[in-house]
Amino acid sequence: MTEPVAVFALSLLAATVRKSVPLIFASTGGFFSERSGVINIGLEGMMLFGAFSGALVAVLAHNPWLGLIGAAVVGAFIACVHALATITFRANQIISGVAVNLLAVGGTVFLTQVFMGGERSFSLGPADRLPMWGPFLPLAYLCFICVAGACIFAYYTVPGLRLRAVGEHPRAADTQGINVARVRFAAVVMSGVLAGLGGAYLPYFSGSFAKNMTSGLGFIALAALIFGKWHPAGAMAASLLFGFADALQETLQGRGGLPPQVFQAIPYVLTVVALAGVIGRSRPPAALGRHYERESPG
Amino acid sequence: MRGEVRTGLAGVIPPLVALALAGIVSSVIVLLLGESPLRIAEVMVTGSLGSLSSIANTLEEATPLIFTGLCVAIAMRSGLFNIGGEGQLVVGAFVAAWVGYRVGGLNPVMHITLCVALAGAAGALWALIPGILKARFGAHEVINTIMLNYVAFILANFLVGLPYFKKPGQIPQTEDVLSSALLPRMTFLYEYTRLNLGFVIAIACVLIIYILLEKTEVGFEIRSVGHNPLASRASGISVVRNTLIAMAISGFLAGMAGSERVLGVHRHFISPFPFGYGFAGIAVALLGRNRPMGVLVSAVFFGALASGGAQVDIETNVPRELVTVIQAIVIIFVACEYPIRKLVFPRRRTAT
Repeated sequence: MTEPVAVFALSLLAATVRKSVPLIFASTGGFFSERSGVINIGLEGMMLFGAFSGALVAVLAHNPWLGLIGAAVVGAFIACVHALATITFRANQIISGVAVNLLAVGGTVFLTQVFMGGERSFSLGPADRLPMWGPFLPLAYLCFICVAGACIFAYYTVPGLRLRAVGEHPRAADTQGINVARVRFAAVVMSGVLAGLGGAYLPYFSGSFAKNMTSGLGFIALAALIFGKWHPAGAMAASLLFGFADALQETLQGRGGLPPQVFQAIPYVLTVVALAGVIGRSRPPAALGRHYERESPG
Repeated sequence: MRGEVRTGLAGVIPPLVALALAGIVSSVIVLLLGESPLRIAEVMVTGSLGSLSSIANTLEEATPLIFTGLCVAIAMRSGLFNIGGEGQLVVGAFVAAWVGYRVGGLNPVMHITLCVALAGAAGALWALIPGILKARFGAHEVINTIMLNYVAFILANFLVGLPYFKKPGQIPQTEDVLSSALLPRMTFLYEYTRLNLGFVIAIACVLIIYILLEKTEVGFEIRSVGHNPLASRASGISVVRNTLIAMAISGFLAGMAGSERVLGVHRHFISPFPFGYGFAGIAVALLGRNRPMGVLVSAVFFGALASGGAQVDIETNVPRELVTVIQAIVIIFVACEYPIRKLVFPRRRTAT
């Protein structure tokens, strides 16, 4: 390495933040859903829909800010499908999540071809992209605000307490007069909004939408949530760690040293290790994955 | 618990209703595109069943789905979600390609058997990782199988880039397997078909898994653990042992799917390896109600969708991704069988 160490460190730091933004959004989204007791494997699909709709609206309206709103709305809409299936119709949460992901892989390419006349990817013009605020896109600042907001909401407000109660012990929450289904529905929709925003970051960053461009980021976000012990700050830290691994991998590419695949595998391997309880057990919310059915009167 | 003992009408009607609903939603999508659903359906049917060549295409598409559908189904019958079929398939495909080009001097029967068996074993080992973590630490197999999918892609990508495995050139792929390892294609049906002996092996697996699950003690124990682990443990059935057995068989089947793709279709391993059979297996198992015969039927159904969808892509301006969308819609509706069952059998008390 020829450049001074300080320059190298700064550029690595900046790259880490850039890589982490979508993960931070999506893992914060996952936090809402999972802490309310609904497993969200569909984060990946919600991100992909966010990436697609953010890019599409930006291109059609020539307005990236409208694109952001579009990504959030579509993310919320897809989350509604997941919520409707799992909460209202009591479908298995994992199966529904798998369906959401399939829907995203097929649906976004399908719609790209419909809107873009047979093309399987499309580019954003200069006017369709978000401006840079300093070294980062505006979303990079927003994601940290979202984490702070999620922390305050979940641990210092009454609705946040309700959210966690519903995920730990729905029956007790119900006895307290909390509408379990409604809280869960809202939480899942919130996770869709955040995952959508996280997905939208990708086309704004790269300048185009491409088939399956999330390529597993939603699952890495899920991994960050688990590795961060289902806490927004922990998930953020894990996202930054995973982002760092990715940035390091890119920076070191072509400079010898470890093969890039070692860094690529880090998030996944660490999550498996964390789940096995080797580095302090990561404990899921008690009611995660369980349907809640009110006892029928009489 | 997990869709275990519903037989007869109560077992078949909810998936059929779900299929009908999925058909309606798909028709609406097609209408929105300004195409006629009837025409699309016609192209789909002729494209998947209309001629010998299209039937061969359908069965070719169905072959890996039979394996991955069985993979998901047997895990599910033991109470486990194996979402890792994708990764187990990739590991199996890599091993099949390696053994296929590296080991020479065998006759075809020996060579193919060796490749398929080692591919299956690799898939089984890959599936045993989450199996052991589940049995030993109670770590959730869903997350672990998903994570190991990506580890498998990355590992295979790494290995195929090594000089030892990589065919000289720009593309990260192995040498083609030797002709003694190729699964013979059924060219008597249609000259250019990629349908191969793997289909027959898949059918044999359906029968074997059926017999294993329904007629043997091992199968009984697996189903028992899936149905009620606590009661099984109380009656002396080892939950740990059966978890591991089910995951190993499940991974073995996914590994075999990988070997079929390599030895019968692609002839080498390439990174990234064609993606999606593992996840589609979840749809197949779900629609087939986790029964071997059901898996066979629904794999052929999804195979027909795929080959019909390819024809739709060529003949109309509806993109082939419609098929993936339909798959997703089918999964959602089949998963929402609770309200459907309520609708069809309003008076029957149903447990979930």
